[in-house]
Amino acid sequence: MTPPAKSPGAVALGPARDLLWSAVRGGDEHRAATIVVDALETTADAETVLLDLIAPVQAKVGAEWAANRLTVAQEHTATAIHERVIAVLAHRPECRGGTPDGPRVTVACVDGEWHALPARLLAEVLRLRGWRVDFLGSHVPTPHLIAHLHQTGPRAVALSSSIPTHLPTAHMAVTACQAAGVPVIAGGAAFGPDGRYARALGADGWAPDARSAAAVLARGLDRPGPPGVDRGLDDLPHLADQEYTIVAATTHQLVKQTLADLEDRFEPLRGYTERQRRHTAEDLAHIVEYLATSLYVADEDLFTRFILWTADILTARGVPARGLDPALDLLALQLKDFPRACHTLARAREALGHRTPPPKTPGPGKPA
Amino acid sequence: MLVDISQQPSAGPRGAGAGATWGSAPCPVVVADPSGGVVGTNAAAAVLFPDATAGTWLRDVVPAWIADAHARLRGIVPAPRTAGPGPGTIVHGTVGDRTFEAHPTPTGDGDVMWWLLDDTDRRLAEDALRTERERAAFLAGASSALLSSLNLERCMEVTAELAAQHLADAAVIVAPPRGRKVRLTFCGPDGEVVHRTVQDDVRHLPGLAEALRGFPPVPSRWIDPAAVPAWAVPEGFTGPVGSAVVTPLPGHGVPAGALILLRSGRHTAFTESEEIFARLFASRAGAAMSAARMYAEQAAITATLMRELLPPRLHAVHGVEFAGRYRPAGMAERVGGDFYDVHPAAEEGQETLVVLGDVCGKGLEAAVLTGKIRNTVQALLPLAEDHQRLLGLLNGALMNSHHTRFATLAMASVVRRAGVVRLRVTSAGHPAPLIVRADGTVEQARTRGTLIGAFWDVSSTTAQVELAPGETCLFFTDGITEARGGPLGDEYFGLPRLESALARCAGMPAEAVVEHVQMLAAQWVGRGGHDDMATVAVTAPHHAHLSAVNGHTRGRYTA
Repeated sequence: MTPPAKSPGAVALGPARDLLWSAVRGGDEHRAATIVVDALETTADAETVLLDLIAPVQAKVGAEWAANRLTVAQEHTATAIHERVIAVLAHRPECRGGTPDGPRVTVACVDGEWHALPARLLAEVLRLRGWRVDFLGSHVPTPHLIAHLHQTGPRAVALSSSIPTHLPTAHMAVTACQAAGVPVIAGGAAFGPDGRYARALGADGWAPDARSAAAVLARGLDRPGPPGVDRGLDDLPHLADQEYTIVAATTHQLVKQTLADLEDRFEPLRGYTERQRRHTAEDLAHIVEYLATSLYVADEDLFTRFILWTADILTARGVPARGLDPALDLLALQLKDFPRACHTLARAREALGHRTPPPKTPGPGKPA
Repeated sequence: MLVDISQQPSAGPRGAGAGATWGSAPCPVVVADPSGGVVGTNAAAAVLFPDATAGTWLRDVVPAWIADAHARLRGIVPAPRTAGPGPGTIVHGTVGDRTFEAHPTPTGDGDVMWWLLDDTDRRLAEDALRTERERAAFLAGASSALLSSLNLERCMEVTAELAAQHLADAAVIVAPPRGRKVRLTFCGPDGEVVHRTVQDDVRHLPGLAEALRGFPPVPSRWIDPAAVPAWAVPEGFTGPVGSAVVTPLPGHGVPAGALILLRSGRHTAFTESEEIFARLFASRAGAAMSAARMYAEQAAITATLMRELLPPRLHAVHGVEFAGRYRPAGMAERVGGDFYDVHPAAEEGQETLVVLGDVCGKGLEAAVLTGKIRNTVQALLPLAEDHQRLLGLLNGALMNSHHTRFATLAMASVVRRAGVVRLRVTSAGHPAPLIVRADGTVEQARTRGTLIGAFWDVSSTTAQVELAPGETCLFFTDGITEARGGPLGDEYFGLPRLESALARCAGMPAEAVVEHVQMLAAQWVGRGGHDDMATVAVTAPHHAHLSAVNGHTRGRYTA
């Protein structure tokens, strides 16, 4: 594991990363903390430790979990250890950042987003750089976020989301913050590798990592102008065709119908146990959610990437991935009146047809 | 507009005066010959230009702008190349206190007739309309900018910015003073907003003390610009103050502050109409600031009252991990009918009491009762040795209160001895806690009992539970198991699903267990509504515990 070194002290952290990875994978909190505290004493730079030691190891945790090489328990344990280690770091004297009259910023995860660590790392980095940071944590309901903005009047909001299906919720949060007069910088895997979805949703800024986010915030974001008549439609005019609305509102019916129809089309399903059928229903629900998201941001590739990733995961789980194609076909039949949905499904089926045996790469983000 | 005079028909005989057709025209008409001599006027023109009789020079009897236009028309004075009307163009100017358009038309014999159309009223109306439109647009923009935030500081910044941008060279917001401390928000010509607190007497600026007390504004002509104290002038303001307006920011009953507008000597002084408009703007800004101040006060009150009702932040106690997570039913709510508490033992080897419960109902009313129950349990802590006795007393307290609601709860006395965590677990009408063994087996604690606050007699049984390192006892409310949703939208999350989720949580730290369970339940619900959901995990740690070293301990990390 050798991510590009970004700061002078990072080079020395290679061995520490390997040690930390094995400690968190084994759930050894004590050893993890010792490694991190050692690294802090070696590099004497808390930001380097946060971003070049903890962040890459956490990224590996996510990637290994997405590739099914880490159990849910291991992933949660590793993340919980990182959380506690960061808390220990934050109390070290060399990590005291934040000045009482520094500019104020709010860091929060979109409602439904449970992966708080990337946002937590950003919050710590900003604190080290002298900001007064309000870290609201994971899964923040938008009304709470807005109430917080009114009460504290921060200079900006940093909004984190790792899973693309939260984009519609993220959009609501972005427009609500802007309507309250506070600019938003978006970050996290959900917004696309180049931040294209952050732009599509009208965020005032985007950054691929904590360092760039801190730089963007230091440069300053313009305060958003007064809201238009309908920000949602202003940003995404294609939503007027109602395809997203209808697919999102009828998700459960679509899943039920597809599951019922799949009995005839996909023979192995008839022999499934109750547990396997439940998994299939959950997979179908994720497929419909990604379809809806893809319609929301008008990007067919988002759906195709998810389907190819799902095919790899099913193969890894030992479930036949060839059940995907009939499922997409059945969805297309139910959605025949919706041209964008049909085209998106057709593109994904085409990609499935060309699919070669799975390369083991992490996908667009596992639907938890 | 260019008039081609060569195409115009002949307009009447030379010197026809009052006798000709144009002589009775309702608008003033002056006829002049090519050399600039007046040939004749009609009755209306005679009123306007009494000296303009035939034979006088046009230049002597009418305003210069008409004479100049006439001269240009005849080519006597060459038109300036860069500016001004060309030959035959309609010209415009003032006569006395009125404005006119002058239209030239040629007569057959080379003279020019100047038709004067009085457009004073139209021009005034147009100017007034333009000003009104600009002001309406400004007020609409200002209103939506002011309404967007309920943050007082932000409201003051927006007000200062808008005022400096549209109404004056610089604007200063004066917050209601506390003693001699005056909080000011400046915005100068550069658009930068600066906050500053000064120590001074507001009476040093004429009209300010009155404005801050809500008296009618002092007209700006009474304010000597030289009397504006230096602290009221922003740093970027160049040159001496030329004129100043001080206007109250009316609030809800009490003034929200005052607005000072400043113009430098280089610009014209404030007109009365500008002053009135500034007051109109100030009334909106004042209303927005008052709303923001009221919101802040209410939020502070709510936060204070809510503090006792919010679920506590749990942490490890005497080598046992405790973690809690709470998600209230309403999206905008922070509290509800579920609650939990951990009452740490005074010293190691004694029992820590953990309580998790669920009051019938949700929202603030249910939360108020959770507060009562939590306080009562706190008072009964010395009796925690005997769960049945504690529950009996708590039941009695609830039965005797005016609340008609009842509650269920589960409690445990927890102590760690020789690496093993021992719990005495009692349920009072509450779902029995689940125990996650190191091998992934999930068991229910064997306890049951009567809910409290409904019957005079309550009874319960207590289970003894031992947790080896890595094992967890999970307390939860029925909001978790009764969460409706799933891929098909209408299934309960249910106990079996919770148990199989917990089977995968073997060996996890307590925080990770509650987080995982809450995440699964939230995802199960999806977009749908749900009841309050509370979870508390009690975990026997695997390794030496990190939180045993709190952040205040300096030096190496040791357990």
